Amino acid sequence: MTADILKITDLSIHYDTPRGALKALRHVNVSVPRGKIVGVVGESGCGKSTLISTIIRLLANNAKVASGSIVFDDQDLLALSETQMRGLRGTDISMVFQDPMQTHNPVLTIGRQMTDIQYRDKSTTAEKRNRAADMLALVGIPDPVQRLDQFPHEFSGGMRQRIAIAMALMARPKLLIADEPTTALDATLEVQIIKRLHELQAEIGCSILFISHHLGVIAELCEEVVVMYAGEVVEQGSVRDVFHSPSHPYTKALLDCDPGHIKEKTRSLPTIPGEIPDLVNLPAGCAFAPRCSQVFDACRSNRPAWNECKPGHHALCHLAETETVS
Amino acid sequence: MLKYVGKRLALAAVIAALSVTLLFIIIHLIPGDPARTMLGPRATPELIADLQLRMGLDQPLPVQILIFFGNMLSGDLGMDMFSNRPVATIVFEQLPHTLALIFASIIWSAVLGIFLGCFSAVRRNSLADRLTGVLAVSFIAAPAFVIALYSLLFFAVELRWFPAIGAGEPGDIGDQLWHLVLPSFAIGLSWVGYIARLVRASMLEIMGEGHIRTARAFGLPEKWITYRYALRLAILPTITVIGVGMGFLLSAAVFAEIVFARPGLGKLVIDSITTRNYPVVMGSVLVSTILFVASTTLSDIVNALLDPRIRQSS
Repeated sequence: MTADILKITDLSIHYDTPRGALKALRHVNVSVPRGKIVGVVGESGCGKSTLISTIIRLLANNAKVASGSIVFDDQDLLALSETQMRGLRGTDISMVFQDPMQTHNPVLTIGRQMTDIQYRDKSTTAEKRNRAADMLALVGIPDPVQRLDQFPHEFSGGMRQRIAIAMALMARPKLLIADEPTTALDATLEVQIIKRLHELQAEIGCSILFISHHLGVIAELCEEVVVMYAGEVVEQGSVRDVFHSPSHPYTKALLDCDPGHIKEKTRSLPTIPGEIPDLVNLPAGCAFAPRCSQVFDACRSNRPAWNECKPGHHALCHLAETETVS
Repeated sequence: MLKYVGKRLALAAVIAALSVTLLFIIIHLIPGDPARTMLGPRATPELIADLQLRMGLDQPLPVQILIFFGNMLSGDLGMDMFSNRPVATIVFEQLPHTLALIFASIIWSAVLGIFLGCFSAVRRNSLADRLTGVLAVSFIAAPAFVIALYSLLFFAVELRWFPAIGAGEPGDIGDQLWHLVLPSFAIGLSWVGYIARLVRASMLEIMGEGHIRTARAFGLPEKWITYRYALRLAILPTITVIGVGMGFLLSAAVFAEIVFARPGLGKLVIDSITTRNYPVVMGSVLVSTILFVASTTLSDIVNALLDPRIRQSS
C-alpha cells in the first residue's frame, strides 16, 4: 500500500477548440497522502475544475488526456473501464460541489436521493433511510427523520451544502473531493461547514482534496497546499512554508491580494495586473512572466524547472533556483 | 396541493365563463338575424317574431347571456330547430368519438415522441440523433389532412389493412379501436415530431445541470439518471404543451373526421355550419372551449403533482 491515496503524475489535459488545442492542464503533479487534507488554490480558469473532473472521469467530450497518470489506491484511474470507474464513484471517491442550490434534484425528496445513492447496498429501504437520517444528524440537520421527506427547495443554502457533505461521506469514502464547497455561502456558514468537515474527516479518516480560492479556509483546514496558475502547479508545500515564505511570485501576489492580509483600510483592494495567458498560444517561457513583478530575461525564453526551495517545498520559478543556490 | 388545485379550478371556471361570453357576443356580431336566416327569405314577419320569441332573441343581450348561462349550468344548451332535439343530447352523442380520437392520438404520439426525444438527447450529435431530428422535423412539417389522405389511400385502399371510413360497430370495442388507427395516426404524427424535439431540448438542458453531475459523481447507473432523474424534470414543459395542444388537436380532428367520415364534434360543426344550424354550432363550439380549458387546467395540475416547487408555491 502506497503512502498516497491519490498520486497524479505529469497530467496534461487538452480541450479541442476551433482555434486549436487548449492546454488546460500541463504536466501537473499532485499527491494526496492517506488521511491528510490537501488544498488547491488558484484564480478562476487555472484548471482546478478540469483537475477534479479528470480525477472522477467526468470530463467534457472535447477533452482528452495528453499525458500522465492518476493512481488512486494503487490503480490507475485513467486505465479503468467506464463500469469500473462508476464502481468507485460514490463509494471510494466522493464529491461535494460548489453550488449547493444546484446539487440536488429539485423534484425528488432528500430522503429519496439519499437512499438512491445507496443502491449498491442490499439492505432494506427502511435501513437506508435510517442511515440517511443518521448522516443528516451528524452534519447538524435538526429533525432529520422528518426532513428526509422534504424537497431541496425547503432547505437553506447552508443546509443543502451540509446535506451534500452528508451524502458524500455516507459511504465512508477513502477520498473526498470538495470543489469550493463554501464559496456560495456567507462567512459565518463557511466557518461552521469547515469545522464540521474537519471533524468528520478526523472521524472517518478519509483524505480530502479541497479546492478553494479562499486562502484563509485553506490555511485553516489543510496541511498541504498546491498553488495552480494557468494550468500548471506553480508551488507546492506545507501550508506553513507556502503561506509564510512563498517562493513563487504568483503565490506572493495572491497572498498580497487576500483581504485578511491587508493591514490598512483602503478604498480599492489590490489585484494582480494583467490576465491569464491564452492557453491555446502559450508564451515560450514561464506562463506567469507577463504578469510577474520580478520578471527577467530567462523567464521569457526558458521554461522554469520544478525547483526545491527546502525539503517538501517546491516552486516552478527561476528565482526559486537562485534562492536555493545563494 | 389542495389549495393549488382549488385556485387552479377557480381560475379555469373564470376563463371558461369569459370565453363563453366572448363566444356568445361574437356569434351575435355576425350580421343577419338567426331567426330570419333559419326560416328563409319567404318567411312572414309573424313567423319570424314567433321564432325570435322562442329563441329568446327579443331580450337585450346581457339578459340573453344570463339566461344562456343559467340554462348551460343546468345542462340545457338550447334546442336544435331542425330536428327538434336538445342540442346537449346531439353534442354529447358525438363527443365520445372525438374524445377517443384525441386521446388515442395524444397517447401514442406522446409515448413515441418522449422515447425519441430521450433517444436523441443521450446520443447527442450522433448520426442517430441527426436522423431522428430530420424525421421529427418532417413529421412536424406534414399537414394532418395530407397524412390523412395518403394513409387512407395507402393503408386502407391499397393494402386494405385498416378500414377506410366510420367509427366501427357500436358496442364492439375492438372494431372501434381498429377504426381509430388511421385517423389517430394522421393527426398524431406531427405531434410525435413536436414532442420529440421538445423533449430532446429540455433533456439536454436538464442533463447539463448540477444535480445530474451529482448523480453521476455518486455512480448512479446512466439509465437511472436519464429516466428517473432527468426525464422527470424534462417532461414538465411537454405536459404543458400537450395541455395547450388539445386545442390544436380539436381542430385537427375536424379534418380527420371529414376525411375518414367519422362521427364526432368536428363533423357536427361542419354539418351545422353548412345548414346554418346556429344552436348546434354554438353548443359544439362551447363544449370544445370547455374541453380546452379543462385540458390546460389538468396539465397544470399534473405538473404540480410532479413538481413540488409548483405545488408549494401557492
